[in-house]
Amino acid sequence: MADQAVQGAGETRRDFLELAALATTAVGAAALVWPLVDSMNPSADVLALSSTEVDVSQVPEGSAITVKWRGSPVFVRHRTAVEIEEAENVELSALPDPQPDSERAQRAEMLIVVGVCTHLGCVPLGNKPTEPRGEFGGWFCPCHGSHYDTSGRIRKGPAPANLPVPTYTYLSDDVVRIG
Amino acid sequence: MSGNHTQPVFRNGLVRWVDDRLPIFTIAYNMVGPGYPTPRNLNYFWNFGSLAGLVLVLQIMTGIVLAMHYTPHTSMAFDSVEHIMRDVNWGWLLRYAHANGASMFFIVVYIHIFRGLYYGSYKPPRELLWMLGVVILLLMMATAFMGYVLPWGQMSFWGATVITNLFSAVPVFGESIVTWLWGGFSVDNPTLNRFYSLHYLLPFVIVAVVVLHIMALHQFGSNNPVGIDVRKKDMIPFHPYYTVKDLFGIGVFLLFFSAFLFWAPNMLGHPDNYIPANPLSTPAHIVPEWYFLPFYAILRAIPDKLMGVIAMFASIGVLFLLPWLDTSRVRSANFRPIYRVLFWVLVLDCVLLTYIGAKPPEGIYITLGRVATFYYFFHFLVLLPLLGKIERPLPLPDSITKPVLPRSGGLAAQPAE
Repeated sequence: MADQAVQGAGETRRDFLELAALATTAVGAAALVWPLVDSMNPSADVLALSSTEVDVSQVPEGSAITVKWRGSPVFVRHRTAVEIEEAENVELSALPDPQPDSERAQRAEMLIVVGVCTHLGCVPLGNKPTEPRGEFGGWFCPCHGSHYDTSGRIRKGPAPANLPVPTYTYLSDDVVRIG
Repeated sequence: MSGNHTQPVFRNGLVRWVDDRLPIFTIAYNMVGPGYPTPRNLNYFWNFGSLAGLVLVLQIMTGIVLAMHYTPHTSMAFDSVEHIMRDVNWGWLLRYAHANGASMFFIVVYIHIFRGLYYGSYKPPRELLWMLGVVILLLMMATAFMGYVLPWGQMSFWGATVITNLFSAVPVFGESIVTWLWGGFSVDNPTLNRFYSLHYLLPFVIVAVVVLHIMALHQFGSNNPVGIDVRKKDMIPFHPYYTVKDLFGIGVFLLFFSAFLFWAPNMLGHPDNYIPANPLSTPAHIVPEWYFLPFYAILRAIPDKLMGVIAMFASIGVLFLLPWLDTSRVRSANFRPIYRVLFWVLVLDCVLLTYIGAKPPEGIYITLGRVATFYYFFHFLVLLPLLGKIERPLPLPDSITKPVLPRSGGLAAQPAE
């Protein structure tokens, strides 16, 4: 009012101090909150259980077995020649999540995919030939009606992506290490 | 007695001494006592607020005792619930009261919400009161969902899996969010532990928001079936008039509750939840608890994952915007001939969504689910904004006593039941 220049200068310094104090408090609060938030992420013992070994020679042709890996089911499917042919002879443009079958199976007869529907996490049916396998002969998720083909790729229904292929290596002809 | 927030005179000397230093008795007097002026024409649909408060208290009481007998570990949770059912003194009563109490809570709150929709209780100046109510609904849903996971049956596990996976629809961060929610790579022991912790916490958060809800209510007082602002001479004190009416309602409600509790305690649950959780086998049909079915139907109606999740959250989100979506200035549907019809169509639409949510996602149910979902949003986003412009409301009475006086004609003493 009367002494605008001086008061203006004073306000600027006060503003700076307030902003600096506020910023420091914010950083401090974030540093305080982070351990609380991060403690909810997977702990060391959960992370340690991240690989599992499977003997794939016991899987009968035309069927799949379920292996537990990181708390989730993994399907190991011994595919028939017809199923492999079906998986390979699909126009990629016809797929919602295009991926050739050759990229999804290290050995054509043995398909290994995570058995968790990419929609909302149910376990699809179709490991046994007697279970519903959907319109494309692979798997069918009963929760919300997603159909997967013989390569585990999404073909119809609400799921947005193919059944994921976990990283795995053949330790010998028969044994696979998943993870 | 009626009218102003006055300073009451207490006869008991000790009460006076305490109230002078800590005015809790004055606060109670003005909140739920003779100091709270209330419209004289409230019908029985105004019972459901206090009923909801009663159920909340019952849930907290039974829950605290159940927590003394329950073990939140994947290897013991299921057995500890059976231990409560078979070994703990009165354990069956506590658990059935708590499980059915959750259903009762939603029945009461859904009626409370539809009461608000019919009589326009969300309109100015009660917008924040309404929005706090929607917050309570969201908190209730989170609490109920996490509580249902605790027995660690098949529906617990797979319900938790499906609902937490909703967050994987979030672009880019989806997977990390879900892993963080789980504390692992699937729903497992860390998930069960944190759900237990939050299930214990959230009811007290609900209590806090209920206090805000009541504070907002007292700012302008209750709405009423006629929906017009009430003159002072048409007010009666909350106590004894509505305390006694609420008590009568509580009696009727407890009869209804007891019918489920003692004769059909498992009717509202799913038999699959008596099968211990198995992470490698999904039940043929995952069905949420009945009170989530309409939202589940909306989720499934949309063939795209992210859009389905967005639609489901939007179905509640739209309620936050309701005070501004409804452009009519008339509160009560009794004076809105077209809205009154649309209200009942919306009720039927929600019943249909509930029915669809319980059915498998195939054939006619997909089409019906889409039509019902479309209509739900059409009602709020298109019909309500337009209706306020084109509808011609009936003439409003100048006071809430007018409709009940002789020779007024038209309206009955208790509008809409």
